[in-house]
Amino acid sequence: MQKAVIQLDTLTCPTCALKIESAVKSLNGVERESVSVMFISSKVKLDFDDTKLTIAEIEKAITVLGYEVKKSQVKAK
Amino acid sequence: MQKFILGKKNYIMWIGGILIALFFANQLWIGNEFLSLWPLIIASTLGIAPIAIQAFQALRVKVVSIDVLVTLAVLGAFIIREFEESAIVTFLFLFGAYLEQRTLNKTRSAIKELTKMAPESALKQSENGEFLEVDIDEVDIGDVLLVKTGAKVPVDGTVLSGEGYINEASITGESFPAGKQKDSLVYAGTILENGTLQIVADRVGEDTTFGKIIELVEEAQDSKSEAERFIDRFSRYYTPAVLVLSFIVWFFSRDIELAITIMVLGCPGALVIGVPVSNVAGIGNGARHGVLLKGSEVIQDFSKVDTIVFDKTGTLTIGNPKVADTEIYADDIQIVSGYLASVESESDHPLARAILEYLGDVKIYPVENTDVVKGGGIVAFVDGHKVAVGNSVLMVNQDVHIHEKAREDIARFEQNGNSLVLTAVDGELKMLMGIRDPIRPDVKKDLQKLKALRVKSLIVLSGDNQGTVDRVARELGLTEAHGNMLPEDKSAYIKMLQEKGRIVAFVGDGVNDSPSLAQANIGIAMGSGTDVAIETSDIVLMNSDFSRLPHALGLTKATANNMRQNIVIAVGVVLFLLTNVFLSEWMSMSIGMLVHEASILVVILNGMRLLRYK
Repeated sequence: MQKAVIQLDTLTCPTCALKIESAVKSLNGVERESVSVMFISSKVKLDFDDTKLTIAEIEKAITVLGYEVKKSQVKAK
Repeated sequence: MQKFILGKKNYIMWIGGILIALFFANQLWIGNEFLSLWPLIIASTLGIAPIAIQAFQALRVKVVSIDVLVTLAVLGAFIIREFEESAIVTFLFLFGAYLEQRTLNKTRSAIKELTKMAPESALKQSENGEFLEVDIDEVDIGDVLLVKTGAKVPVDGTVLSGEGYINEASITGESFPAGKQKDSLVYAGTILENGTLQIVADRVGEDTTFGKIIELVEEAQDSKSEAERFIDRFSRYYTPAVLVLSFIVWFFSRDIELAITIMVLGCPGALVIGVPVSNVAGIGNGARHGVLLKGSEVIQDFSKVDTIVFDKTGTLTIGNPKVADTEIYADDIQIVSGYLASVESESDHPLARAILEYLGDVKIYPVENTDVVKGGGIVAFVDGHKVAVGNSVLMVNQDVHIHEKAREDIARFEQNGNSLVLTAVDGELKMLMGIRDPIRPDVKKDLQKLKALRVKSLIVLSGDNQGTVDRVARELGLTEAHGNMLPEDKSAYIKMLQEKGRIVAFVGDGVNDSPSLAQANIGIAMGSGTDVAIETSDIVLMNSDFSRLPHALGLTKATANNMRQNIVIAVGVVLFLLTNVFLSEWMSMSIGMLVHEASILVVILNGMRLLRYK
């Protein structure tokens, strides 16, 4: 299990956070309960199983929604 | 393409605005038929593009967002050829988002100011011994780094060599520079004012004290209160409900304009943003004034507090005992002082330190046959004399005669809350010292401010003896005082208060007080950012500054109020608009949208007032 912190470009509407949360939660291999989108600091925190998907795939799920990913940090949990 | 359109949202908004202005100018002065239609169609088409894209993205992840509502409404207006409405609604929606973004940036500034203080690069020693500038992410634990005058310390570390003065205001709030030499600890984000240091990295990045403070503030601003979670759930079902309502209205009345108007008016904008904006502004204000509020839950709870329990030592008092009163019963004071200092310099008792500090530079004699009497003091031979230093019990054991004058002095010293240290040389009483832990300056004033903020009981609980605790309570005007309490007694006492229905905050210095900090509804740590204090408490008073406590309480009350105002404004506006759709003549889609966007701005501006709270 890996722990990821993804820094996004500044989020401007609370529904954006809701959208990103739903999108990330729907990915196979992401620990649903662990996903939290921090609106004010524009960060996504989540735990995921790196045998099932990569951080790049998670980033892609966010960028297709139209939000820019600035930086990701992944740490073993 | 999508990205391009979303990126140009602000331009689209301005173009839309200009086109709408053109339309009105034409209506008023020119009357050209072409200009009375096409500017609106272009403005609507351009304006709806970014909104529709966002709506589509939301639907793809199964979220019915406000964008969906607006998109449907605008499409509907287009179909019934209400171009004026569709153009104005899209413009106002985009304009609202733009203003929201601008004002949110301001509320976010507290965090930005903090992160700006974070170091970005470091001078790292490479294998050949040279120091090269590297990105902060490339520094690992154990690396040797060079810090020059004027530079930020990049990591938490230990000084290997060099000397200098560091401004640690970003960590401790203390603006007076701290001197550093070999083996001193240095903290990331502090600034070396002069000198040069070589340090070894102990903690890097998010693990540094500074990194932890940033993380705490971030998490606090984003943590959701009960009210917010409710609103989250609410708006998730609310938007689809508005859709259903407008469909029903259309189905029965066959009035498509009315149905569309309901869609526009139902947008829950102010509701979604109102509560978080108050929280963020409140927490941001705290961070700037040395108060770390850990989340919006804390704000709600602390604003309702009616009982505050204090630890004594280190909280109400400075935490460092000092010699406050002395009586001398000898003529050879120089020699007695020397004897006393000689005995005490062998001891590591806290009172010994206070005595040595008080005596200053005196002659030190060799000490022999030191005997530590438990619960009494020390007996030793100095310069051929038998010297006894300790409390009254020790004096009795040593057959020291305590004359009438001394007896009176002892009684008086005890009444003042002193711990007593008597010194006898060869069985004769020479000196009496009263040592106590002085009360922090201005605490009394701060406690009165708390009372003015409607805190009913101010209670002190302490491990110290009842006499001392009573004296402190009398001096400060506290409502209750209990001494001789162990850490578990304190937390049990707090539990008892809670069972009586009190909402209790506990203020302690964070280490031995952790059970009470956890038991109380709100734990407040007086800590200059020590790990234990930060983690077990709900509120941290940075730099142990007691005067921040009334500010913290006033601020949470103001924030909780502000939040209630915002909920009332948001719900009130939606109710007002929806009832007027059915009851009034003047309500239209664009007026509804205008009122809506105005209400969003009102709640944001209302929240921002908190940033200026003092």
